[in-house]
Amino acid sequence: MEHKTKIDAEDGKQDLVITREFDLPLDLLFKAYVEPELVEQWMGTKVVKLESKKHGSYQFITTDPKGNEHGFNGTIHEFVPDEKITRTFEMENTGFPIQLEFLEFQKLTDDTSRLVIHIVYKSVTDRDNMLKLPFSYGINMAHNRLQEILNKLK
Amino acid sequence: MNLRRDVFQAIAEPTRRAILLLLASQSMTAGAIAANFDTARPTVSRHLQILTECELLKQEQNGREIYYHINAQKMKEVADFIEPFRQMWDERFNKLEDVMKAYKSKK
Repeated sequence: MEHKTKIDAEDGKQDLVITREFDLPLDLLFKAYVEPELVEQWMGTKVVKLESKKHGSYQFITTDPKGNEHGFNGTIHEFVPDEKITRTFEMENTGFPIQLEFLEFQKLTDDTSRLVIHIVYKSVTDRDNMLKLPFSYGINMAHNRLQEILNKLK
Repeated sequence: MNLRRDVFQAIAEPTRRAILLLLASQSMTAGAIAANFDTARPTVSRHLQILTECELLKQEQNGREIYYHINAQKMKEVADFIEPFRQMWDERFNKLEDVMKAYKSKK
């Protein structure tokens, strides 16, 4: 089955690539990363600061369903409209090291576009921990049981 | 539909897990499956419906009987630990697409 969003994460490497094709023209896709009100809407976060330019920085605060606030921030190193954003990303107070993100915005047709995000982590373990994060979040139990079933299937 | 939540919720329920375990080694009819549980037959049917809807089970017509069997492909997909990470991004990007389509039509 072909998915719209693809993750390439080779074993034993400290980076990964996220690829997604959008049913949106390139300029709209890029705008979604630049306009604070739009970022707030699709990321479900509060944008405290977003300076979309070289040497600019950004700061987001996201409130989880329990009402806890989580801070995210980073520095923008490269900013080329409709082409690329290179930035760092830090999840505050989590112990996860800062990561480096290369975002490439590509035009496919007049109405479609592609986003390729290459993320580099401090170590292989850090990358694997990030990959497992959404997975560990509340579904561990279900998965362990599932593994039992899969073992039986083999 | 939030597929991730639905699939994992489906697996989280003990009776549904028992059904998946039961079907791991064989295909069975709804009646035969229900016979393995103390639960009322309509409750078992509902569980089968949920498991079929999130594609963990497949139905196969064999004469007059409908047999349920496990969709191994889907089970493996769910078991892949990268899959929740992918779905998290997929949902996030779906949101981006929706927000930007709404933004475009407002202009």
